[in-house]
Order: sequence, then C-alpha cells, then structure tokens
Amino acid sequence: MDFRLTGDQRALRADTRELLARIWPGDAPRRAAAPDGDRPELDRAVWRALGKAGFFALRLPEAAGGAGLGLPEAVLAFEEAGRVLLPGPLVGTQLAAAALPAAARGESAVAWLDGELVTWLDAADAVWDQGAVRTRRADPGLWGGARPLRSVDPLTPVHRVSRASWTRTSVSGPAYDPAYDPVGALLTAAEQLGSAGRTSAMAVRHAREREQFGRPIGSFQAVKHLCADTLVRTELARSAVYAAAATGACSDRRSGPDPVAVAGAKLLADDAAVRNARDCLQIHGGMGFTWEADVHLHLKRAWLRARTHPTAAEAEEVCAGALGTG
Amino acid sequence: MDPAYTADEEEFRAGLRGWLARVLPTLPPPPPAADWPARRAYDTAWQRLLHDAGYARLYWSDDPAHRLILLEETERAGAPYVGANFVGLLHAGPTIAAEGTDEQRARWLEPILRGDEIWCQGFSEPGAGSDLAALRTRAVRDGDSYVVTGSKIWTSHAEVADWCELLVRTDDSATPRHRGISWLALPMDAPGVTVRPLRTLTGTAEFAEVFLDGVRVPTGHRVGAENDGWRVTVVTLAFERGTAFAGEVVGCRRTLDELAAAARADGTWDDPVLRRTLGRLNAEFTALWRLIQTNVREARHLGGVPGPGGSVVKLRYAQLRQELYEAAAAVLGDAALDLDRPWTAARLSSLAYTIAAGTSQIQRNIIAERILGLPKGG
Repeated sequence: MDFRLTGDQRALRADTRELLARIWPGDAPRRAAAPDGDRPELDRAVWRALGKAGFFALRLPEAAGGAGLGLPEAVLAFEEAGRVLLPGPLVGTQLAAAALPAAARGESAVAWLDGELVTWLDAADAVWDQGAVRTRRADPGLWGGARPLRSVDPLTPVHRVSRASWTRTSVSGPAYDPAYDPVGALLTAAEQLGSAGRTSAMAVRHAREREQFGRPIGSFQAVKHLCADTLVRTELARSAVYAAAATGACSDRRSGPDPVAVAGAKLLADDAAVRNARDCLQIHGGMGFTWEADVHLHLKRAWLRARTHPTAAEAEEVCAGALGTG
Repeated sequence: MDPAYTADEEEFRAGLRGWLARVLPTLPPPPPAADWPARRAYDTAWQRLLHDAGYARLYWSDDPAHRLILLEETERAGAPYVGANFVGLLHAGPTIAAEGTDEQRARWLEPILRGDEIWCQGFSEPGAGSDLAALRTRAVRDGDSYVVTGSKIWTSHAEVADWCELLVRTDDSATPRHRGISWLALPMDAPGVTVRPLRTLTGTAEFAEVFLDGVRVPTGHRVGAENDGWRVTVVTLAFERGTAFAGEVVGCRRTLDELAAAARADGTWDDPVLRRTLGRLNAEFTALWRLIQTNVREARHLGGVPGPGGSVVKLRYAQLRQELYEAAAAVLGDAALDLDRPWTAARLSSLAYTIAAGTSQIQRNIIAERILGLPKGG
C-alpha cells in the first residue's frame, strides 16, 4: 500500500467536489456570512442532501446503509468540505453516524462536544461526547446551561458549555493523556488541509491576475516566495493527514488511527490552514481585508478548528511524548 | 508495521536488518574527518560490501519501496553514510543511467556500484552559483577531444575523486545561455587539473576549487548531445532533490530521538518550550518522510525522474535540519560551544543546507514558477 490515491479514491473526491458545488456553490459562503451579527442557521436542505449522498455514512458498513469505506476516504471528503467552507457540525454528525441512523441520513445534526466551546449546539439534535450520543430530549441541561458567544466565524455559531457538563481529563503537562477523539481530530485536520489548499490556490490566482508596476505581482520574488511557502505547508500537511488516515486503515478498525500520527497531522494542518490564510490575505492586499473577499472566512474558520483538541500545544506534547523513550 | 509497505517489502526489510546486524560489527572505526584518503577507503569498502550482498543496485532500482527501505534501515542501524560515493550514486550515476549511451553505462555504472570509482561534481563556478547558466568554463572542440579551460568551486570529494561530472560552455553565442552547455565526464588525473581544498566554517576542508587549464577530454565522454547539458543536468538536480535526502531525513529522526533521550536524562525535558519544539520537529520530520515516500513512488509513475516536487522536500528539509540542530544546542546548553561534541559540528555543517544544491530562495522560485505557474522575472 502507498499513499497515492487509488482510482476509486480520485472518483470519490471528484464526486464530492461535484456534490458540494451543487448544494453549496462558490458564492454560498459570502451570501451566508451576515455581518450584522445574526447567528447563522443550519441549512437543513444542505444537510439532508449531504445525508442522501452518503457523506455522513461513508464509513458505515454497506449492510448498515453506508458506503463501507474507511478513514482515508472520509479524509478526502472532509478535505473537500474544508475547501469550500461547508458549514455545519460535520465532524460530530460523521462520528455519530454509526450510533444514530438519523445522523447517517442527514436528518439529525450532531454537535461535537470536544471541550468547553461547542459549535452548532443550538442547531443540534444531539451531541457526540467521547463516544456516546447525548440527545437534547434526554439531556436538556446541557443545552440549558450553555451560553452563546458572538462567534468570530460568521458561518459557525459557538456556545460555551459549563465545565460540569463534560468530563474531559486534564489536557496539560508532559503527562498529557491523549483524551481527544483521534477520528474527530483527523477529520478536523482534513478540513484544515482543504482550507489550506484553497487559500494557497486563491493566493496564486490573485498573484497571477493582479497587476502593479505594469506586471503581475506574482512575478515579484517577495510575493512568489509567500506563495511557495503556502504550497510547502499544504504538501507537508497533506502527507501527515493521509498517512495518519492510513494508520487507521491498516490497524484494527476499533483501535482507530495512531494518536501520535493524528496529533502530528492536526498540528501541521492547523498551521497550514491558519498561516496560508494569513499569507493569502496579505497577497490580496486591501481587498483581503474586506468582508467581500472569502479570505477572512477561511482564516476565522481555521482559528476555530485550531482550538479543537488537540490544540497546537497539546499536539506538540503528544508528539514529544513519543520521543526518546527508546 | 509501516502502512506504506507490503508484507513482501517487510520481508526484504527483515533480511536487510539481519545482514546489517552481521556486517556492521565487523567494520573498522570511521577515520578522522580530515583524512580524505582514509575516508575514501572507508566509504568505498562499505559500498563494496553493499554491492557484494546485492544491495547496491537498489540505489537505482525502479522499485522505490526497496530503495526507501535500504535508506531507512542503513540509517537506522547507524551504517556508514554514502560519503564519498554520494555524487556517483546520487548525481552522476543516475544521470548516466538516464541519458548515457549503452557504452557509457557499461563503462561507468558498475564501478560506481562496486565502490571502485569516486565521482565529484563540477557545476558551480566563482561567477555562477545560483545563476548556474552563467557558467564560463569553456570546452573547445579539437579533433576527438574537447579542450577545457576554467574553474569550478564547491566541489566535494575533489581530492579523492576519479571522475568529475563537469558542466562546460560549448557555445558562447547561444541564447538563452543554457542552450550552450554540455555535460562531460572529466578524468581527475588528466594533465591540467589542479585541486585546491577550501576550508569551510566547520574548520575542515569539505570541498575544493578545481582549476582546469587546457584539459583534454575525449568527445566520447560527453553524456547527452552537445549543448544539451542543461537538460541533462536538470535531470540530475531533480533526482538529487527528490531522493538524495531520504537517508538523511531518517538520520535526522534518529538524532531527534537521541536528543529527546538526552533531554529526558539531564532534566532539560522539563522545559515545555524545548519539549514542544522537539514534538513539533517530530511531526515535521515524520511528514517530510511521508512526502518523500510519496514523491519517490510518483517518480516511478512518471518514468523514474522525480519532478519539481523535490524542491518542496529540499526546501523544507534544509530548514528543518537547521531547526533540529538549534534544538540540539538548546539541549546541550553551554556544551553547544564545545567543538568536541558531535552535535556542535553537525550544527555548523547544517548551515550549508539552505545554500548547497540550490539555495532556499532558488527553491522557492522553482516551486513558484514550475509548480504554481507564476510568471518569471522580478
């Protein structure tokens, strides 16, 4: 086995791209991003379309109505979602698909309880909490005790839940126990990878088209080198994410992907998403600072995802923990 | 098990591990860095062992998995580095294999694999560094020979090499300039070749200047067509950037592990900044290794020559190697000022990596222009 995509995987990626272009076209993020502070709503039609296309059921066995695919394929689908800034509790709903058939079909939205900050809680019919589904009906206190934030990402609502409503173990210090969900973390990293690839491409396109001093700004080395660095970050992150997905595919499914490989992938993908968006913004100049350009939406979403576990500091601790124990 | 490999490939790995475990204890201690003839003898003896055991040919095998496993396992076991065999195995050999005639392949390839002949590289000149196409060393046809005059610089292993892969100008008037360049195999014992070692900031003479004064080189030593040497060279450079660093990256991962073990032993591990730096380097080097695995397999797919993706590896690897030895200095503390500590010497030599084989700035230009399609100039 190697990390190049198979024909089937390339087809899956193309199909996902086509689906997303249909249900969430290029100008959709800009239209949905209301600058007046209204909290975004989950588009149930988009959610059902995703469910119908099998987006959430990718990893379910065919007998359970799924596609019988693995993490490497799920990672490709989530990379595409990240590329187009697809909003919604994608990770939580994917994680809960096996336990909750309505989630697999896109009839339920499931938020991912990954820490104190929870995205899409209001829209969620249930939350995914460390391997278990908690429904709104059975567990109303979780929703009742949550307080909304004015989210930095105009496309993603965020709530802070009370510490008592979740049960994570300590996540600091050298003895950090990787309590994060490695599949959720890897799918998040895949979204970051998609965003990083997209902002790299946006930066390059702008550098080719925008002219100053009578020539494209991409002919200047100062700009060229920023663009080159975005590609390097994307390719390193891609290697880490695809390889981490493959560690899950070859080991026992229930044991999941290697937590150290996932931590490394999340670290590099977070970095690529945030820094590529920053460089893309810089290359867009004044336009990059406006609400109309999509750049800020990528940057803000990247910030949000970078705060999910493992965060950079936690991922670095996990990767350090694997060293020098020989 | 590494998911990148099949069961058959893992079986090959096990056989190689067994061989390394038997052979490595029989090797003499490595010679001092300043003793070039002894270094040549040591490096070529190791190459001969690899050859006789059937492993040397894997360097040029179109089966990339076996090549990667060879690089991984020799590094992991602490086997000798390719050393003086570097240019032959990783630049000149692959170029001759890709572009040479049957006769040229028969003459030069086997001695490289057996460790019988050492090659060096005569590309850069005092006036042609990053702008390699500005090279001025001239080769003028005289019957069946070229008469070569000029000088080369930064030539590693020149003192002990048998051959030099030499770029020369065969057409002064060609535009663009890179159309007038040819690739020659220069015998280093030819009359008119003078080697002057250059002392580097590490304190040792790791490379040399080579002066060429009317040196006669038979036209049969030209690989590729006359004036087509630039294209022939790009093949070599792409190969270097794509795969030549694979073994070193494995070596860096081993060093990183040793650094962490040292930090755990002496208490610097309690410093979260240092610890997290090492953790990040672990993630970066692991990803880089995966990228190399993918690139090498892609290369087989595209006909054996790694593409400009090698520049991505080269650029990031050079940065990471320097970051690794900066972290080593943090672990060493005051001992980072002691030249007798091996990590101190390695920290110094790491400074060459963002310059040699195409500076990091040139790599970014290559990535931007050849991969991303940004316009030239500026």
